[in-house]
Amino acid sequence: MSAPTSSPPAPATRAPEGGTRSRHVDPTRRQQAVAAWMLALPFVLLFVVFSLGPVLASLGMSFTDMKRTDIRNPFAVEFVGIDNYVKLVQDPLFRKVTLNTLLYLLLGVPLTMAVALVVALGINRVERLKGLLRVGYYLPVVTSIVAVSVVWKFLYRDNGGLFNTVLGWVGIDGPGWLDSTTLSLPALVLMAVWRNFGTLMVIFLAGLATIPQEVAEAAEVDGATGWSRFRYITLPMLRPTLLFGAVITGIGYLQFFEEAFVMTKGGPLDSTRSATYFTFDQFGFGNYGYAAAASYLLFLAVVLLTWVQFRWLGEREAKR
Amino acid sequence: MTVIETEAPQRAATKKAPASREGGAWRRTPAWLYAVLLGGLFLVVVPFAWMLVSSLKPEAEVRAVPPTWWPETVTLENYDRLFTGLDFPTYFMNSAIVALAVTAGNMVFCSMLGYALAKLDFPGKKALFAIVLGTLMIPGVVTFVPLFVLTTKIGLSNTLIGMILPFLAGPFGVFLMRQFIQSLPDELIQAARIDGAGELRIFFSVILPLCGPALATLGILTFLTSWNNFLWPLVVAQTEDKYTLPVALALYAVGQNATQYGLLLAGSVVVVLPVLAVFLLLQRHIMQGIAMTGIK
Repeated sequence: MSAPTSSPPAPATRAPEGGTRSRHVDPTRRQQAVAAWMLALPFVLLFVVFSLGPVLASLGMSFTDMKRTDIRNPFAVEFVGIDNYVKLVQDPLFRKVTLNTLLYLLLGVPLTMAVALVVALGINRVERLKGLLRVGYYLPVVTSIVAVSVVWKFLYRDNGGLFNTVLGWVGIDGPGWLDSTTLSLPALVLMAVWRNFGTLMVIFLAGLATIPQEVAEAAEVDGATGWSRFRYITLPMLRPTLLFGAVITGIGYLQFFEEAFVMTKGGPLDSTRSATYFTFDQFGFGNYGYAAAASYLLFLAVVLLTWVQFRWLGEREAKR
Repeated sequence: MTVIETEAPQRAATKKAPASREGGAWRRTPAWLYAVLLGGLFLVVVPFAWMLVSSLKPEAEVRAVPPTWWPETVTLENYDRLFTGLDFPTYFMNSAIVALAVTAGNMVFCSMLGYALAKLDFPGKKALFAIVLGTLMIPGVVTFVPLFVLTTKIGLSNTLIGMILPFLAGPFGVFLMRQFIQSLPDELIQAARIDGAGELRIFFSVILPLCGPALATLGILTFLTSWNNFLWPLVVAQTEDKYTLPVALALYAVGQNATQYGLLLAGSVVVVLPVLAVFLLLQRHIMQGIAMTGIK
């Protein structure tokens, strides 16, 4: 009963409401704006105090000589211009950690993407066990980096570690992975690939699902082989997804820290000390201004990397 | 003849399988692919299995060369030391309190702003969204020095509140909730307005009840991130009674317990197992969430 009586007026009121919306702009608009800002307020307050404020404060600090002792005595802080940045560029340790971080990025991102893509292509082709495979491969992603670092440090042990035991089966005398200045960083990268490729795999799977069946089938009818289907159909259509994956993986890898903190303490001989680790150390020494400047250079690197990846992987999109 | 005879039953069998409706011989899954994928899965899971098995060995056996594949003596002594000798119950509670508070805060505050950004018109909307999105890219290390100064000044260093507050409202949640709420039909809101509902009431009684799936995804992802968070709790916690699990584990791993592998592996199990359980129970939401934010 109520449905037939109430439904006729509804469309009748709705139709003019839509039409008069622009004429009655002020009261509804203002109501909406007030409500919107009320809803936004808690977030914005927290955000300004704990995110935006500190981001700007950090930039300000990077131009000062602020030390730990200055928390109590803010008037002792002096403006030093770009001194911190000049010092950083000349600091051999900072150069070293920059190199380490770049190496980690350049090794880690392509490897992680390749593993994720291969696994995603595989899972995309199977008919059964899809769910199990997807969840299983994703497991490492949800775990604490600190905890898996403890586990991998144990796996990498020189004597009795799982890696060297397995290598021993085929007659290879495994090295002390984390004791070597050349192997320790790649060893951390290997763990990072294991820990992180699951995220990209899920994203790539979602991307693969958006490729229309008809395109692949048409190519098959035209006689395209598996490789050329991948090269000329899958890869180009997956381009935006790959870009997204490269960006988020790159941003994450530029900030690596926990692995090194737990597995190598940045050693041996600073071979696994990262830019974040450097900042953390400087903070520990009480050099707040210097630490802030280092963190801003890292931030700059993140922005630059994202920009480069957009240019490089996104160029075909722009041409269209 | 034999070819035709063997092919016929095969075709009948594949016709029943739902995946074969797209046709195409190349689409049929070869057995080697299953073998490779399951082999890969084995490799991915091995570190977890090794962690669990080793944590049940006595300390001397953990260090045995060559390692024993199955514990000769199964013991819970490592766990016993964690929970009675060391203060892991406290660390566990601290982790749980921080993660739950951060999760609740993000679910509430991010959905509020997400709705405003998705469905309401207001001055400053575009700028606000751009700024919030922009901070997604900012490394945590950029803010922690001033944040430390701030929390020290307002007396929150070495407190759980100091750990919680900076993560109570994050940009990721806003992005996720905005994406989801945008997909809800505008007619719902218009109808509620015609019925005379105020703007805030529309959010709380019309929109929020429909956000279940997105809130679940956000809740789980936030909980996992917060549970595993390391750098900030490491900076804030100064006495042992304020350690979260990852902080405690990391400091034990680099401190004087560095060679007590049995103990450390048991600690890793305690950190990892709860999230693996949560994930396996609720993995559907997580997968949806990643796909939702990754591919719009």
